Amino acid sequence: MRMNDRPSWYDEQAGPLVRLYALTRGRARPSPVLLDLLSLVTAENDPARDPMLSPEQAAVLTLCRIRPRSVADLAADLDLPLGVTRVILTDLLDYGHIRVTRPVRPVDIPDERLLQEVIDGLRAL
Amino acid sequence: MDSARSSFVALKILVAGGFGVGKTTLVGAVSEIRPLRTEEAMTTAGVGVDSTEGVEGKSTTTVAMDFGRISLREDLALYLFGTPGQDRFWFLWDELAQGALGAIVLADTRRLADCFPAVDYFERRGVPFLVALNNFDEARRFDPGSVAAALDLDPGTPVISCDARERASVKEVLITLVEHAGRRHATRPAVVTH
Ligand SMILES: Nc1nc2c(ncn2[C@@H]2O[C@H](COP(=O)(O)OP(=O)(O)OP(=O)(O)O)[C@@H](O)[C@H]2O)c(=O)[nH]1
Ligand SMILES: [Mg+2]
Repeated sequence: MRMNDRPSWYDEQAGPLVRLYALTRGRARPSPVLLDLLSLVTAENDPARDPMLSPEQAAVLTLCRIRPRSVADLAADLDLPLGVTRVILTDLLDYGHIRVTRPVRPVDIPDERLLQEVIDGLRAL
Repeated sequence: MDSARSSFVALKILVAGGFGVGKTTLVGAVSEIRPLRTEEAMTTAGVGVDSTEGVEGKSTTTVAMDFGRISLREDLALYLFGTPGQDRFWFLWDELAQGALGAIVLADTRRLADCFPAVDYFERRGVPFLVALNNFDEARRFDPGSVAAALDLDPGTPVISCDARERASVKEVLITLVEHAGRRHATRPAVVTH
């Protein structure tokens, strides 16, 4: 992609927008798709190594160091409203402190095996 | 274990229904329930067609949703979201419905009309759903067929009885929903993934 092509920001497809994020390390505003309730957040850095982090930012990094955590889980863990949580996550994305993975959508589920596993898992509860 | 990380699957299930119908009870019966707060700007004054920039008359309100997670495996979890059933909270559902596996519409047979907005909403959005009749009134048993007719449901939409307080009953509701969603998603045209 050449820089002076000025690709339209509001592209119909999600793909170019997502790639734009990768290029800018999230310096653009997050799309709702990227910070979906079930998007998974993984810490890229150790919070102890950055004294400039706010307590909330450090708390996020601590919570998703061992394993990824969803945006909804983080908001509930931090006892913060979703909107505030998203702002904190956006800043952490800007700094490259976290990685965000989009959730699997039902239309992406390739076969019935996964849903059968869900049913088996529910029966076993 | 990077591969385990990227293969984690979280699926979203919504719980809707009228005021006091048992949404919080249902989510709590199968998961560790936690409140999830969201704050929304609500327009208190009527919105004119030509005043999209109007700032006055806006207020922020905090809404608490019921939020529960069921961990089925290390890499597989169901997330339940229940929200207030009143019409003024429908804006919440636009985000929640996005990418949802399916929805449970809880209904109380003594006031069936309370679930009309939820049924209507999920039908319009194409979200697979079922109607779970929360039997508050033990004496009155309801024939699912007549409820389906009263709600004018599409053929194939499950209508089942449940007790939102009973874990086993709610598990059965979830299993029925996942089976139904599987059939619905299977009949959809294939979508190319990237
Ligand atoms: N008899 C009976 N009572 C129930 C059942 N499910 C819930 N209840 C009771 O009904 C009341 C309301 O249940 P909630 O779970 O708070 O209902 P809700 O839909 O979350 O209510 P709002 O969030 O206020 O709209 C509680 O006192 C529950 O104990 C049921 O299946 N049978
Ligand atoms: Mg409730």
